Amino acid sequence: MTTNIAMENAPKKKKRKSLGSRLGTTFLYAILIVQTIIVLVPVIWIVGSSMNPGNSLYGSSLIPKNPTFAHYIELFTKTDFPIWYMNTLKIATLTMIFSVIFITMTAYVMSRFRFKGRKQGLMIMLILQMFPTILSMTALYVLLWQMNLLNNHWGLVLIYVGGGIPYNTWLVKGYFDGIPRSLDEAGRIDGASNLTIFRKIILPLAKPIITFVALTSFTGPWMDFLLPRLLIRSAENKTLAVGLYEWVTGQQNTKFTLFAAGAILVAIPIIILFAYLQKNIVEGLSSGASKG
Amino acid sequence: MKRGKKSALLSALFMGLGQLYNKDYVKGIFFAALEAFLLIFTIPYFQKAMWGLITLGERPLYYQNGIAKGDHSLILMIQGIIAVLLLFIIILVYLINIKDARSVGNAYEAGQKPLGLAAIVKHIWEKYFHFVMLTPAMLSLIFITLLPILVTVSIAFTNYSGPNHLPPAKLVDWVGIENFKDLAGLKMWNTTFLGVAKWTIIWATLATVTNYFAGLFLALLVNANKIKFKKLWRGIFIIPYAIPGFLSLLVMRLMFSGPGAINGFLASLGIEKIAWLSDPLLAKTVIILVNLWLGAPYFMVLMSGVLTNISKSLYEAADIDGASAWHKFTKITLPMVLFSTAPYLILSFAHNLNNFNNIYILTDGNPVNAAFKYAGHTDILITWIFKMTYDQYKYHMASVITIIIFLIVASISAFAFSRTKSFNEEDMIQ
Repeated sequence: MTTNIAMENAPKKKKRKSLGSRLGTTFLYAILIVQTIIVLVPVIWIVGSSMNPGNSLYGSSLIPKNPTFAHYIELFTKTDFPIWYMNTLKIATLTMIFSVIFITMTAYVMSRFRFKGRKQGLMIMLILQMFPTILSMTALYVLLWQMNLLNNHWGLVLIYVGGGIPYNTWLVKGYFDGIPRSLDEAGRIDGASNLTIFRKIILPLAKPIITFVALTSFTGPWMDFLLPRLLIRSAENKTLAVGLYEWVTGQQNTKFTLFAAGAILVAIPIIILFAYLQKNIVEGLSSGASKG
Repeated sequence: MKRGKKSALLSALFMGLGQLYNKDYVKGIFFAALEAFLLIFTIPYFQKAMWGLITLGERPLYYQNGIAKGDHSLILMIQGIIAVLLLFIIILVYLINIKDARSVGNAYEAGQKPLGLAAIVKHIWEKYFHFVMLTPAMLSLIFITLLPILVTVSIAFTNYSGPNHLPPAKLVDWVGIENFKDLAGLKMWNTTFLGVAKWTIIWATLATVTNYFAGLFLALLVNANKIKFKKLWRGIFIIPYAIPGFLSLLVMRLMFSGPGAINGFLASLGIEKIAWLSDPLLAKTVIILVNLWLGAPYFMVLMSGVLTNISKSLYEAADIDGASAWHKFTKITLPMVLFSTAPYLILSFAHNLNNFNNIYILTDGNPVNAAFKYAGHTDILITWIFKMTYDQYKYHMASVITIIIFLIVASISAFAFSRTKSFNEEDMIQ
């Protein structure tokens, strides 16, 4: 990414850098390093804690004196952690798949079809989803109870998918709008149906935004703890967020080092995904923005 | 009377009648069977649901031969609202049926033969493709988004609260606008409301502004020409955005707690322990700082995208004119960035107004504020609502405040969304 921006103050043509410019560069690097430390200290601390013998995080130094992997082993042999992991993986994956299907469908219609109330409908969708959800939970609880989906992973998936449609539709629609209409027309002349145009022309061209939506639809349920805490009752259906939260909050729950180890195993797949998909994230985040 | 109008009238009388009259048997039988089914099987359901919604139950929990019986007001209310929504969908189908009967009548008059089943399906798929595709979104909007809103709004007009009106042991009643009057009139409520609202706005403003400019700063830094290994730096700074938020917050809570890592570090330097999360002002500062750690990467990523889109020729022209770096920043970079990201700035503000996790996980809203009812120093409106419901069972007041927050957040967001690319210019792009 070679952008010419304001921080630059040395003209390019001058090959040999002046002392002032070199000092400036050093200063910039110094800031970068300080920032890096700020970003990484909590991360290193939690990694260190996860390898700290005993139960307590308190007083532990950044890097433990006798590092141990005992907590990681304990996670998989003595706790429900593997079950929670599989549960959360299942919920997040299902949410991701169904979200992408329904969101792209809705966004395609919103972008390519013209019908009465389309724009207003989109705005209403966006505004309604801003309603604070704290009290909504009771209503969702009764709804799932009526549908016999309480304490069931599908109930959670249903709510995550439904709840994610408005905002993401708006985001994806913004991206679809940028795909030239002439491609649709060309497809139509070749006799392609709406669904074919959607599948064969629009979707392949929208890969960055679809990747972005898939990613956020996956990480949302992966991190959420309010909803599963209310809707999941039995221990074998619990999710990671709820399980980990219960280990460190409350009076008797002091499995800090175990929490640290679990937290790292939860964060790693997400960090890898983010690192791998950096470019799509940049594009995805700004696809609804106004044009610069 | 014209045949179309007559058919429509017949179908209004009983679904499918108009279609049958025009010898369109496929659709006629379908609609007639649907109405017959609804009449035979669903009337008792709707009757009970409406009774529940209106009365909210007549007899609280009691035991008969050891079996729990009685009405649960809240469940009755929610079931009633679900029934109203279902009824709304049925009415919609009814209207479609009438409209269809009219067109079937007209087609008959024009001498067209009714379509067969396969042809009908094909016709719907082609002509009403967009409605078919929108159905899942519509249904989820109605039942997952709208239903909870209607329930919350309804609760604001009841006395649903502990200890005297808490189902299943007690019944809940409709009370009209009593709760809104109480919020405005009773001192114990409005002192807390104003106090908490003030901090909520300060919090949302500071959280948004600090994140925004820190993100801009990071983006400028990483994208500066002199800096090498841009990908590496960006990769590092993106880490807080990638770590699940609730985990970071829990870790920060542990780090800042009394015997936590930060005080441990200070102790090793010979500095006394600091009560980070028990002093009101310090706790608020910590919340803002932690939020900065969590939120700045989001804006960094967003701004990186925007910065690369600023035309280089602008800077080249500025260079020719001998503009200073500061001048280029204030006259080119900043206006361009602000213009492109203004909607995000506003949306982020709206999001922070309701940022439950940051406050609840980090401080629980503590330290306690004796002057407030059920709220601590760092509580924002949304966490106050949470405490009011889950700890205090004051659902009625919590609903009133939820509605107020929603009205504020909704108007801010509507303004922001209406200014985005996704809403405007859409037909200009070809």
